[in-house]
Amino acid sequence: MNRYPVWKYAIIVIVLLVGLIYSLPNFFGEAPAVQVSAAKSTVKVDSATQGRVEEALKTAGLTPDLLTLEGGSLRARFATPDEQLKARDTLQRALVPDPSDPPYVVALNLVSRSPAWLTSLHAFPMYLGLDLRGGVDFLLQVDMKGAIDKKAESFASDLRTTFRDKGIRGTSVSRNGQTVEVSFRDAAALQTAKQLIQDQFPDLTTTETQDGSNWRLTATIKPEAARRLQDAALKQNITTLHNRINELGVAEPVIQQQGLDRIVVQLPGVQDTAKAKDILGRTATLEMRLVDESAEGRAAELSGGPVPFGSEKFLERNGRPVIVKKQVLVTGESLTDAQPGFDQQSNQPKVDLTMDAKGGRIMRDVSRENYKKRMAMLIFEKGKGEVLTAPSINGELGNRFQISGSMTVAEAADLALLLRAGSLAAPMEIIQERTIGPTLGADNIEKGFKSVMYGFLAIMVFMCAYYALFGLFSSIALAVNLMLLVAILSMLQATLTLPGIAAMALAIGVAIDSNVLINERVREELRNGASAQAAIHAGYDRAWGTILDSNVTTLIAGIALLAFGSGPVRGFAVVHCIGIVTSMFSAVFFSRGLVNFWYGNKKKLKSVSIGTVWRPKTDGTAVAEGK
Amino acid sequence: MEFFRIHKTIPFMRHALVLNIISFATFALAVFFLLHRGLHLSVEFTGGTVMEVAYQQSADIGKVREAVSKLGYPEVQVQSYGTSRDVQIRLPAQKGMNSDQQSAQVMQALKTVDPSATQRGIEVVGPQVGDELTTNGLKALGMVVVGIMIYLAVRFEWKFAVATVLANLHDVVIILGFFAFFQWEFSLAVLAAVLAVLGYSVNESVVIFDRVRENFRRYRKMSTVGIIDNAITSTISRTIITHGSTQLVVLSMFFFGGPTLHYFALALTIGICFGIYSSCFVAAAIAMWLGIKREDLIKGTPAKRDGDSEDDPNAGAVV
Repeated sequence: MNRYPVWKYAIIVIVLLVGLIYSLPNFFGEAPAVQVSAAKSTVKVDSATQGRVEEALKTAGLTPDLLTLEGGSLRARFATPDEQLKARDTLQRALVPDPSDPPYVVALNLVSRSPAWLTSLHAFPMYLGLDLRGGVDFLLQVDMKGAIDKKAESFASDLRTTFRDKGIRGTSVSRNGQTVEVSFRDAAALQTAKQLIQDQFPDLTTTETQDGSNWRLTATIKPEAARRLQDAALKQNITTLHNRINELGVAEPVIQQQGLDRIVVQLPGVQDTAKAKDILGRTATLEMRLVDESAEGRAAELSGGPVPFGSEKFLERNGRPVIVKKQVLVTGESLTDAQPGFDQQSNQPKVDLTMDAKGGRIMRDVSRENYKKRMAMLIFEKGKGEVLTAPSINGELGNRFQISGSMTVAEAADLALLLRAGSLAAPMEIIQERTIGPTLGADNIEKGFKSVMYGFLAIMVFMCAYYALFGLFSSIALAVNLMLLVAILSMLQATLTLPGIAAMALAIGVAIDSNVLINERVREELRNGASAQAAIHAGYDRAWGTILDSNVTTLIAGIALLAFGSGPVRGFAVVHCIGIVTSMFSAVFFSRGLVNFWYGNKKKLKSVSIGTVWRPKTDGTAVAEGK
Repeated sequence: MEFFRIHKTIPFMRHALVLNIISFATFALAVFFLLHRGLHLSVEFTGGTVMEVAYQQSADIGKVREAVSKLGYPEVQVQSYGTSRDVQIRLPAQKGMNSDQQSAQVMQALKTVDPSATQRGIEVVGPQVGDELTTNGLKALGMVVVGIMIYLAVRFEWKFAVATVLANLHDVVIILGFFAFFQWEFSLAVLAAVLAVLGYSVNESVVIFDRVRENFRRYRKMSTVGIIDNAITSTISRTIITHGSTQLVVLSMFFFGGPTLHYFALALTIGICFGIYSSCFVAAAIAMWLGIKREDLIKGTPAKRDGDSEDDPNAGAVV
């Protein structure tokens, strides 16, 4: 009656083994390590890099106890922080010969101390959230309206060029919010233009209006195109952030999309918020425009006269005004690289720029038409523009050209960084920021761990005292539950946060419910005079329905939390939901396995060790029957 | 060991009316405090800046408050956080200044008073994030309620679903009432705790209703009241032990979990206490007032379909 077939025991053993292996890495703690990752998109960290690293370490007399290559970064683990620092310096020398142009980022890091055989089984420890190890956490909001406005502006300028090229005369193109308006002198021109837009600009839809002798065409960006645009803008911003953060040399940064227009950035170990914000906060977009060299423009620039129509005034970093045409020639999207260097002839610092094909073509046309005129490079931060530099064009430019002039070496490096990383597709703003000190993180993890441990111990003592052997079985089931929970979280590579630990503690409390239900049921059956084996059987059987119902309802709450929660609530919900599922397995299937293993083979079982089964004096069914 | 040596079915439902009036009064009181005082929402909801500052010796809260309010903040909260050496400062969002400048300014002011002040952490939240959290919180609450109602209506019967959900909302509102009355900080973690209580307390009602259904099958001649009383009596030992165990863990969180888990554990504690009470008296009583019958739960038994206003013919006098 209370026997499991062999295959059920086999499942239990397999689950236990897997659970053990995957929860193990969490218990080894962390060891100092050095992380090597690529600083440029052109550089790859691969097995060749691994060879170089191994060799460099060997010549320096250092042997890492583990060297792993994973997801484009290489980690070497060392026994002591001392060796770690030595290794960092060695690798820095070997891999980064020129500090002004680093191909690799060599950063200090911590990796799990778990042995190599566990790592080779892909058993990794859980990732600790920032609240448990300290660091900075930013939530960035991407200005999608800004992205679409900008795209509309670029459509407007494209239309202008196209109409000119195709010889459609007498048009005037202007951007009105997110739409582009074109007016025509006659209906024939409108029809030609409409046809042209349909053929060449599939992302636009047009509507025509006529008022008097004025023909007008309104071009709107199609909704699906706008969505694609937003998606692309977000992706590009994430890439840009990756580049910027790489410059910080942070080990294991997290840069993730959240929702439709938000990006989460977590920088573990960074305590200097100001520095991090400085790098991130260069939420800038780069634009190249011509300087307005007309008489009015010059006048406005020199003596502060009115800014001519079609131009805008921006300030240079030293405060000098520059009058710039509104039309954008090229944006940062077309810029593929910017490197600081030295001009061979004048021996002055310079910045080398590389454009993509489209940008290069525009630069060639623009430079030919505007020889000896000035071109401004503007950077926009939070909607406000600033002129980075406004050099004059000294020749025909291609897709590679240089900026030189009165710059120091540091300024050139700075400008190169800004130009290179400045190509955000849409402006961003930090809307939430959290810093957790490393001691606070350590405190949190210790306190969280303690509360789980003491809670667990208290329950275990009570269960064993109250339910005797069955209580012990329940306690073992509870421990298994905890182990499986940790194992699943590790397998999912979930991030453990303080609310996650709280959910773990709560899971212990909730998981014991199933065991209590079962044990009480078994006692009740015994009280009603059932035989030992029958009582066990009926206890588990009858409790099952109740356990299922109550756990499903709890699970519904957990899933709602998961669906609508964010941040800490989500961290809580993940553990809560998994905890409910593992508790069903451990409390019902596993604990029954234990009981069956212990009692199942005893044919003439007289009594069950489940604590006192109190019977009322009158008759065995007094409680159940009422008076 | 055996704590519960109950000879007779305890007539819980005899006191249902009085207790329901009491719980309605508590409920009304909680709603009153919620409306009157409102919740003391954490920075996650309101937006603003929270700084945690550590001192080498015990911090003088008064001096800290003075130093910060000199900077021109009309409303600034300073409280000790965890230990007497750690201080938490809450600043409302200020126009014309970003969080960076804000915190730098505050730290500078604090260091002139006591140079041992060090910044342990800072949290800055924009107001639009808070609005979203509030709507998402309400959505989550709505989804939990609807989800549970559907599940219970399918597995049991709509009367049970209504009773359970009402009982649970009663718990939730009372927890919120406590937080409003004492002006404890309502953070995201507390929200998580409240929603967890919702799931957890349903658990409780489900166990009792499960027993009610079973009793309807087993004792064909018992009255509805008798069956509910019997169901509560025979599950009371499990109820108390389960809640006791959960409370043990929650207490462990309360005492050892540190300040971050403090209110989380507190919300759970209130939820557990009221969860026991509400599932026995509120959920069961509402189900009773809604008039649950044997036929509601045991489908397929040849019960009389016509004349459903009549008493169940099988339900005799209480034995």
